[in-house]
Amino acid sequence: MYKNVNPLVLTNARIIDPANNVDEAGAVIVQDGTILAAGAEALNQGAPDGAKTVDCHGAVVAPGLIDMGVSVGEPGAEHRETLESASRAAAVGGVTTILTSPNTDPVIDDPALVDFMLRRARDTAIVNVHPMAALTKGLAGKDMSEIGLLKEAGAIAFSNDRLPITNSSVLVRLLTYARDFDALVVHQAQDKDLAGSGVMNAGLRASWLGLGGIPREAEFVAIERDMRLVAMAKGKYHARLISCPQSAEAIQKAKNDGLNVTAGISINHLTLNENDIGPYRTFHKMSPPLRTEDDRQAMVKALADGTIDIIMSDHNPQDVETKRHPFAEAEYGALGLETMLGAGMRLVLNEDISLSKLLATMTCNPADRLGLPAGRLSKGAPADLIVFDPQKPWIVEKDKIRSRSKNTPFEDETLTGRVLTTIVAGGILDHDAI
Amino acid sequence: MSKKTTHRSSAFPHRHLLGIEGLQPPHINYLLDLADEAVEVSRQVEKQKAVLRGRTQINLFFEASTRTQSSFELAGKRLGADVMNMSVSTSSVKKGETLIDTAATLNAMRPDLLVVRHHAAGAVHLLARKVGCAVVNAGDGPHEHPTQALLDALTIRRHKGTLGGLTVAICGDIRHSRVARSNIILLSNMGARVRVIAPSTLLPSGIHSMGVEVFTDMREGLKGCDIVMMLRLQRERMSGAFVPSVREYFRYHGLDSEKLSYAKPDALVMHPGPMNRGVEISAEVADGPQSLIREQVEMGVAIRMAVLEALAQNLPDNH
Repeated sequence: MYKNVNPLVLTNARIIDPANNVDEAGAVIVQDGTILAAGAEALNQGAPDGAKTVDCHGAVVAPGLIDMGVSVGEPGAEHRETLESASRAAAVGGVTTILTSPNTDPVIDDPALVDFMLRRARDTAIVNVHPMAALTKGLAGKDMSEIGLLKEAGAIAFSNDRLPITNSSVLVRLLTYARDFDALVVHQAQDKDLAGSGVMNAGLRASWLGLGGIPREAEFVAIERDMRLVAMAKGKYHARLISCPQSAEAIQKAKNDGLNVTAGISINHLTLNENDIGPYRTFHKMSPPLRTEDDRQAMVKALADGTIDIIMSDHNPQDVETKRHPFAEAEYGALGLETMLGAGMRLVLNEDISLSKLLATMTCNPADRLGLPAGRLSKGAPADLIVFDPQKPWIVEKDKIRSRSKNTPFEDETLTGRVLTTIVAGGILDHDAI
Repeated sequence: MSKKTTHRSSAFPHRHLLGIEGLQPPHINYLLDLADEAVEVSRQVEKQKAVLRGRTQINLFFEASTRTQSSFELAGKRLGADVMNMSVSTSSVKKGETLIDTAATLNAMRPDLLVVRHHAAGAVHLLARKVGCAVVNAGDGPHEHPTQALLDALTIRRHKGTLGGLTVAICGDIRHSRVARSNIILLSNMGARVRVIAPSTLLPSGIHSMGVEVFTDMREGLKGCDIVMMLRLQRERMSGAFVPSVREYFRYHGLDSEKLSYAKPDALVMHPGPMNRGVEISAEVADGPQSLIREQVEMGVAIRMAVLEALAQNLPDNH
């Protein structure tokens, strides 16, 4: 599957490297799996001996994407997704590094399971895989997991997945304990009682559809609480996914106060709104729910002004058994790995944000938060790259989805911007063979 | 009341021993000197002194503690007192009597010395205000355990000659530990440099203002230490509430020979007991040549003899 070309020179490219503030015509030289040089002056010393040159014909060359939110189904739900199938989906979507969610069966809350994930990924995945471990044992929100041992085993961050930790005392102790290991706490804030039995955004749409609503307050009351707890524990916190402007305000205030806080959002919440649910489309049932168009626009603004740091796919493969139900009974979640960049291009084409900014939120921003050397074209960084045509339109066809599940919210839609080539650690992945 | 005051010895001018707080270094040294003598007495075949002859000592334990209770019992008996043990299971507390009622009842029995252990911080202080006899705090909740700190000091002084200038690391569950609080006060007052080493979840708030150096990394904290004091981790705190598991706690905060090697080569290891081997301390270290853990038990009897004797000197000749 990999074509190993060493050294490799990508010429005639638009080099976009947000970490180094680069957006210019130039070349990238890859040697022994790392970046040797990138930019307009990369070839000033000439190409290395024996290098193979690939002409990019003006396409964008950028760092491969880093996705902080991927459910893989393995172990426990391999019929929905495996590390192997998720990594193929990632590769065609330009995602060269995925962070796996601990919401598997069994839950990744034991060092031996982190080891299992790393070994399975090494043997079956074609992109880089970093497992996140559960923040609490069994994701039950009660007892803290072995943050030290899990981190030593290779857990890159600690998350309770989509399950909020309602007990403030538990969360503050987790933040406090994690601090000793410089571990990142990734939390999906939600007040369970306020969310109640809601299944979509509370408001007029939900009322007409006869569905229970989840008010914005269920999120931002919890985010505001979390910010107070982060201040109390002096912890390192990443809001997994925020969906309404009041949450963004709370994050911005915390940042202004000097707290070690970042925020993420899913590509869905930046490009879709509750109207897309239409006649009970369960592929658009998400947690937190898709909000109104006003909320979506506010979130795009929060992304543009830097309040929101990281875009993730929130890739959550679900199959017919979990999605073909009445809306209220269907599972939450949508695919995202293959469409994250194409969907994100909508924001660029709409001139909401620059391409460089979009790429920053999918490359160097997550890398910096996680302490990864990837996500940039600096000399010595891993040669995880994408060659990408931002103008190329394509249709999201169900049959061509690499994921084992097909629950994409963009089915049959046209996205503009296509990844042509994905390079992981210097190895070229041929999309036709994936 | 004023008559009693005139009885007080200037060497140890206290009616009760409720905590280390309030004891001046000369008072502490006085107790340690007395305890050194008590060690000699205890090592003779004839272990009896008569300083408490005719006195009644009641050990009132609202919280079970075989070790401390028997240590106080032996200490009293070696000084010639009549010693009675009352534990919560046999007392009327279970029948709903309040602490004050218990105190009044006991007071009517006219004890001279009352040794009290209670699960609630401040309970011993409350009791001391309600009885006419001398009260010794044998541990009140997470507040103070003065005789433990004194016996630790005695043990250290007998090995190192002095407390001043030593670097002492107190490791483990500082947050819930009365031993840690009493030791921090005593050691600081005596001129030792005190460090605390614990996961952040087991540090009490305000620890940075307690006059100690704070570490969360054990190897870093142990560097150059003369004394390593381990604390017991209660079972209910091991499984996720404060630390995630025993194996993780032992890995990062359990004292094994590898971590101990960061302290001075002649560093001494202490533990107030009872130990959880494989939780806060490895068996190898607990039983190793640097361990003073057994000796601490012997010093415990001596220091309690010293405390009882010092307080008895301040008792009125008659009630």
